[in-house]
Amino acid sequence: MEKHDFVTIANLTREKILYMIEMAQEFERHPNRELLKGKVVATLFFEPSTRTRLSFETAANRLGARVIGFADPKITSGTKGETLKDTISMVANYADVIVMRHYIEGAAQYAAEVTDVPIVNAGDGAHQHPSQCMLDLYSIYKTQGTLDNLNIYLVGDLKYGRTVHSLLMAMRHFNPTFHFVAPKELAMPKEYKIYCEEHGIKYQEHTAFNEKVIADADILYMTRVQKERFSDLMEYERVKNVYILNNDMLKLAKPNMKILHPLPRVNEIAYDVDDNPHAYYIQQAGNGLFAREAIFCDVLGIDLYQVRNDQTIIP
Amino acid sequence: MNKNEMLVAAIENGTVIDHIPSEKTYQVAQLLNLDKLSSTVTIGYNYRSKKLGKKGIIKVEDKWFTDEEISRLSVVAPNIVLNIIRDYEVVEKKTVCTPDEIKGIVKCNNPKCITNNEPMPTYFHVTNGILTCHYCEKEQDINKVELV
Repeated sequence: MEKHDFVTIANLTREKILYMIEMAQEFERHPNRELLKGKVVATLFFEPSTRTRLSFETAANRLGARVIGFADPKITSGTKGETLKDTISMVANYADVIVMRHYIEGAAQYAAEVTDVPIVNAGDGAHQHPSQCMLDLYSIYKTQGTLDNLNIYLVGDLKYGRTVHSLLMAMRHFNPTFHFVAPKELAMPKEYKIYCEEHGIKYQEHTAFNEKVIADADILYMTRVQKERFSDLMEYERVKNVYILNNDMLKLAKPNMKILHPLPRVNEIAYDVDDNPHAYYIQQAGNGLFAREAIFCDVLGIDLYQVRNDQTIIP
Repeated sequence: MNKNEMLVAAIENGTVIDHIPSEKTYQVAQLLNLDKLSSTVTIGYNYRSKKLGKKGIIKVEDKWFTDEEISRLSVVAPNIVLNIIRDYEVVEKKTVCTPDEIKGIVKCNNPKCITNNEPMPTYFHVTNGILTCHYCEKEQDINKVELV
């Protein structure tokens, strides 16, 4: 059987993305199953990320797998100078699938090459975080009923935010119109604008962020503007309160508009937005469970047919 | 034979690598692993050249390079010419083709890339003079690369 990994979102086809969304829908209907009974899932977090780890481990547990691994790199042999290859090869002796988070870019791709055990990338530095992208896509699909022809507004740090870059690439199959709303220092990098042009993705750029700018949005994807990203602190002081969403800015919003955020938020979404029906970021994080259950099944060779005809559902 | 050419002895059989940008001469020697050869190797540089100003020439006796070995040179000296010599005559001239993939020659310029943090070869995909790291996907210009 060909080995399946889930390392990057960039090479997923339109069909594959929709297939994964269908699978996630099945898990939302019935999250508790024993499809992975007898399997061992390893979660190797070379960089701490509590919410991603909990989401993956919950997904594994709800599918009946058992979980081994570490949440804190300080306790592993990596600190003794062990190579990633050795760590992965060793864990591959024990586990049926390896979920790994690493601060080094390209680590997941390399891990996938050195072992026959499927690798799921739970984030590799500033490079990729494909399971986050999958749950973003699932959240968009669930709230809009489609991924096609949407107006997607990306707000905040578009320079370093890997989630917005992944989303951009994944949405290329679905004829979106993107609006990049960011301060100049954190504008969408040129390479991604070239990517848009090469793939026929429409986009507009804005530096202003107000109720009129976002009135046409179907999806408002907020990100954190972090002080440490600025070389010019004067610039940070000037823009830090510009990209904050508050309840008053939602008066002109379309009824179907939903606000997403990869979390954690700091101050970029005011707390008065939480009770607004447009707010969706907490549910979005919850969708991560279903997306990750789908990812586990996919890499372990369990297909949509098997998921639909699953006899192991726990009511 | 003019005087300039007589500065280096002619070879009976082997390869004469010509039109090397002078400052790249030792990199070419390194990429072809010439230090591991047992046959006679002559390395010269700072020769006057109409095209390059100054150029390097390397003469390697009894050695003919494979296309794979030659393609390695694309990252430092894409315009060099390899003269294949048999019985003192140039029987073939080879130029460098840029390969679609480059393995283990060029360093990734992203310090946070796995290839700079793990004992492993680098790997790049090449399109239109741009190298894209197979692992971290950072891009770099083929003319501005650093060798491993």
